[in-house]
Amino acid sequence: MEINYTALLPEIILSLMGILIMLLTPFIPRAHQNRLGYLAQVGMVLAFLCVVMEWGQNGLALFEMIFQDSFGQLCKMFFLFVSSTILFISINYLEQEKLFHGEFFALLLFATVGMFLMATSADLVMTFLGLELLSISTYVLTGFKVRERKSSEAAWKYFLLGAFSTAFLLYGIAFVYGATGSTKYLQVAEVIQASSEYPLILLLGLGLIVVGFGFKVALAPFHVWTPDVYEGAPIPITAHLAVGAKAAAFLALVRILYQVLPDLSQHWQAVLWVSAVLTMAIGNIAALTQPNLKRMLAYSSIAHAGYLLVGLTAHSPQGTQGILFYLMAYALMTLGAFTVVQIVGRQKEQNLSIEDYSGMGYRNPFLGITFSVFLISLAGIPVTAGFMGKLFLLAAAVESQMYWLVVIALLASAVGIYYYLRVIVYMYMGKLKKEEIPITIPTPMRVLIAILVLGTLFLGVFPGAFLSLAREAVSF
Amino acid sequence: MPGTESLLTTLLLIAGSGALVLLFVPIRKILLLRSITLFFTSITFLCSLLLVTHFDSGSDTMQFVQSAPWFDVGVLHFQYHVGIDGISLFLVLLTTFLMPLAILASWSIEEKVKSYMCFMLLLEVGMIGVFVSLDLILFYVFWEVMLIPMYFLIGVWGGQRRIYAAVKFFIYTMAGSSLMLAAILALYFFNGAQNFDLVEITQKLSLGEIVLSPVAELLLFLAFFLAFAIKVPLFPFHTWLPDAHVEAPTAVSVILAGVLLKMGTYGLLRFCLPLFPQASLTLAPLISLLAIIGILYGALVAMVQPDVKKLIAYSSVSHLGFVVLGIFAFNLQSIEGATYQMLNHGLSTGALFLLVGMLYDRRHTHLIQDFGGLAHVMPRCAAFFMVMTLSSIGLPGLNGFVGEFLILQGTFLENAGRAAFAASGLVLSAVYMLWMYQRVFMGPLESDSNRALADLNVRETVILVPIVILALWMGSYSSTFLGRMETSVQKVVDRIEQVRAPQTFRVEYRGD
Repeated sequence: MEINYTALLPEIILSLMGILIMLLTPFIPRAHQNRLGYLAQVGMVLAFLCVVMEWGQNGLALFEMIFQDSFGQLCKMFFLFVSSTILFISINYLEQEKLFHGEFFALLLFATVGMFLMATSADLVMTFLGLELLSISTYVLTGFKVRERKSSEAAWKYFLLGAFSTAFLLYGIAFVYGATGSTKYLQVAEVIQASSEYPLILLLGLGLIVVGFGFKVALAPFHVWTPDVYEGAPIPITAHLAVGAKAAAFLALVRILYQVLPDLSQHWQAVLWVSAVLTMAIGNIAALTQPNLKRMLAYSSIAHAGYLLVGLTAHSPQGTQGILFYLMAYALMTLGAFTVVQIVGRQKEQNLSIEDYSGMGYRNPFLGITFSVFLISLAGIPVTAGFMGKLFLLAAAVESQMYWLVVIALLASAVGIYYYLRVIVYMYMGKLKKEEIPITIPTPMRVLIAILVLGTLFLGVFPGAFLSLAREAVSF
Repeated sequence: MPGTESLLTTLLLIAGSGALVLLFVPIRKILLLRSITLFFTSITFLCSLLLVTHFDSGSDTMQFVQSAPWFDVGVLHFQYHVGIDGISLFLVLLTTFLMPLAILASWSIEEKVKSYMCFMLLLEVGMIGVFVSLDLILFYVFWEVMLIPMYFLIGVWGGQRRIYAAVKFFIYTMAGSSLMLAAILALYFFNGAQNFDLVEITQKLSLGEIVLSPVAELLLFLAFFLAFAIKVPLFPFHTWLPDAHVEAPTAVSVILAGVLLKMGTYGLLRFCLPLFPQASLTLAPLISLLAIIGILYGALVAMVQPDVKKLIAYSSVSHLGFVVLGIFAFNLQSIEGATYQMLNHGLSTGALFLLVGMLYDRRHTHLIQDFGGLAHVMPRCAAFFMVMTLSSIGLPGLNGFVGEFLILQGTFLENAGRAAFAASGLVLSAVYMLWMYQRVFMGPLESDSNRALADLNVRETVILVPIVILALWMGSYSSTFLGRMETSVQKVVDRIEQVRAPQTFRVEYRGD
């Protein structure tokens, strides 16, 4: 029983940096507060270095509340990559919107710490704490454009439903504690393994936990809040919701199901099978008719959570590797897509409709080509990370002999191709509007997009490097 | 043969590097862009000729094989594995042969030349890749990747309803092939998660090292079959074809008809038959029925088309029906005939699309009623059109005859009834093609705008001459081609015979 500070160093750095930014904010003139974003970026880099140094060490920390293992370390690196990208987009976004608040960056750092805790937690209570830290920061960030109705509405919706789902989760945790007498992952797992019969209360607990996470990950039928919230939130925060927050909840669920409740797999597999089918179908079909790009990407993110569920349902090391790979691929292409949407959106996010993309391929070839790559990858067409990721997830499901699930996933993604292509149709086959002012892309954004495109293509052609990293990380 | 094993990779690299070079050419230098593309496609063609000269027609294994691990992680083993046999050899050549001609035919493209040429070269990479891949995943990757350039080529440079046509084309093909991916993954795990190697899996299946239950075999067969049937296209999956053909620019129609449709029939021959012989036998009557319906239906619909391009598109449905019929008659003649017919169709339909495109460039219409009496003002065009029409309807002495004759002969040995129905398709094809020819080129010159038409220029003649020469060659000296195919086709036939019930008496005829 000890604290093991070295294992917690990344969390400590991020938290201290967040507090520092909060303290500095009042002393810095409004117009310069954006510079605090770079301070946050420094914090992220330091934390990343700590995680890299820690790589390979195993153990428990913080009174056996936190796991120190390569799965958690890989997740942390992933979250840092995602948050740091979002930080980049945010700095540009806030500049453009003339919204200067240092707190924005502090909240993003706290949210990242929340994600860390969720992915590494070794205790249901810690999972809950991580989730709350992430959620509360994100509620505020969602409503950050205080003067806009949509943003406040989104924050309220997210807050109410989020609070509701947290109650489910907490109730589930209480039931599991009631059935097993512990909240520690390892002890709960031991108790369940030793018993031959599972009490109803345990199954109820499992169900409630799945529902609680289902809300956060936006799995059907708990996805209804997603489109409104994603549409109303500031674009970088939409990206954070769609990638970071979603991945954190998903990875926490992976750990709980695989590490704590593997013996109940036949129960949760059946539930997740149904949810996967619903999620893929609803996400893809609802996205078909969305004229607003932010909404379309919201539904598309639901569909992608469905593909991830296919890997989760497979319940095999292959599946977990597939999930990690797919999350990486998904992060690259979704962050890329949101960056483009942000740049095209301009001030006040006025150009979000698909018609605003008409002739984009000729108006700004750089954005045209890169956005096409992101969309093609999201559609899961070869030579992109999206295809490889889908291939790994489906391979895992085939190996677990879930043929129908694979067939449904493939048909659903065939439907999905339509709406991704529709944007490309507008960009390259639509009429060019003559009166449009040319789009200017700040150099940092240009570099960021280029990096994300190269990453998407690299993982599509040489997936081996990251996949072997993921393989090492799947220790349970 | 030392030094030639990397030939296939070289072909892919040449075409790919062409696209790369184009990226560095300024967008306004249109002539330079065209010339560079022509240069790269021509070099690819010349290199592919080495394949013919170095091909060993006596060997029944894959040749020019090259393989390397792509990546190995956990239970997933991916590899790069290419090679060709007598069946794919000529399809690769057909691709490389048609590409320079298609580029020459694209001289009339004035808008966004750079991206057009880039997509053409990428398309070539994809097409060659499909024909040479011996690894299931690699095959799937090329199969899908090729859709993207095709989608843009139809959607950006096409006619009035190009967007509808492009999206329909994409969705149809993609929906068809998504189940194929599931089947590929299933085969991988039936293979003990060893690899996706087509040659190895086929061999293990034939030696009984992998045993598929009849139901599993049937389902896997259907998953592959659907992808290929849509691509062929076999009736009733053909509805994307007329749209895509009519809207696509000339050169793209040529490639679409000449090469893309062959991927479907090639897939049947390379995957469906050798991997799932039992299922192929079981479903052969049904598939043959669909093929015959396609032959007759395609011909009848072609007959009433007011639009020349659509007429030729529907004639493709009919011709490809012959190919499928031949493949599912499972004997040496019929499959050789089918493979031959794939090449024939590529040549004659490709040439017809080129000719129609040349008429369109002058007159900006595809409607038969707008033409009439063109032979008076365009004698050269009329002559070329006549030769290709006759080749398409299978006149002896030209290429079409050899393929159709072999298919009918082989089908007759398998089932006389099917051959009889299919043969009536030949009569119909003569009707619609000659009737169309008569209405376009014969009779008096009535309209003034037709009177002013210029005959084919040098560039257009240069495009057509090689095709006519090849058509004559293939019609009169078919052993150049059949001789190289025979061993590989025999291997497919043997595979089917292996599972066919031995007590059934069959007429066995081996041509010598």
